[in-house]
Amino acid sequence: MNAAPDLPLWAAILVSLLVVAGAAITLVGSVGLVRLPDFYSRLHAPSLGATLGTGCILIGSMLCFGVLRDRLLIHEALIALFLTITTPVTMMLLARASLYRDRVEGNRAAPEHDPEPTEL
Amino acid sequence: MIRRVLPHPFLFVALLVMWLMLNQSLAPGTFVFGALVAFGGSWAMVALDPPRARLRLSRLPPALRLAGRVLVDVFRSNLAVARIILGGAERRTHSGFMTLRLDLTDRYGLAVLAIIMTCTPGTQWVHYDPARGTLLLHVLDLVDERQWANLIKQRYETLLREIFE
Repeated sequence: MNAAPDLPLWAAILVSLLVVAGAAITLVGSVGLVRLPDFYSRLHAPSLGATLGTGCILIGSMLCFGVLRDRLLIHEALIALFLTITTPVTMMLLARASLYRDRVEGNRAAPEHDPEPTEL
Repeated sequence: MIRRVLPHPFLFVALLVMWLMLNQSLAPGTFVFGALVAFGGSWAMVALDPPRARLRLSRLPPALRLAGRVLVDVFRSNLAVARIILGGAERRTHSGFMTLRLDLTDRYGLAVLAIIMTCTPGTQWVHYDPARGTLLLHVLDLVDERQWANLIKQRYETLLREIFE
């Protein structure tokens, strides 16, 4: 796929902006893993890369190959679909495993019982 | 009976179409192999024995409205969480657990809500208690619990009940 030089300037600029933006957002998410104080907070950080980060990169990819008319733009849609469906499975598994462990070991990171439901 | 051979015809078609899209070809070989994969996939589903879901065209407008809302909210919460991560140390200490009473009971509706909650940075679905109908959430920016509860119930749950119940 050595087609990049054929990309018109406007498309090249847009594509690179989108890809860099996506990579930057994913980087912020990874930085969050270091900066956030506890396990449950850290769970929120990787979603940045899985949602807006991937989204920007996929739109950039769609734009690039759409302008080049290289192929249909279905792969990106499938990637987005699979990521959206599979990421929550991992996240929920991690959250529940950690909650279970914290409760069994009596750690203070997790509440011993569910807090009372918020009344509206 | 087609269901004797093909227990989930819709799933079979969906898997086959997905296979063809992934390979981006309509060659006979791809077709045959895709059909085999789809056949195996739909029989594997029999072992899981999922409860029946109904497809209704009238549910399309609320589903599209929900998709639009989720897109906007995911974008906004991405920026909010990025601000918390890069902000001062004090901003990062407001996280906590909260419980929410849900009126939604449909399994597929709950699954979609779980995907929405988890995909949105800032909220994490932890545990749903079907006996009490309560959901345990972890929220990164837990300043006002009622605001979060209102947001989830009004923006998502109302539409999800319209779609699935």
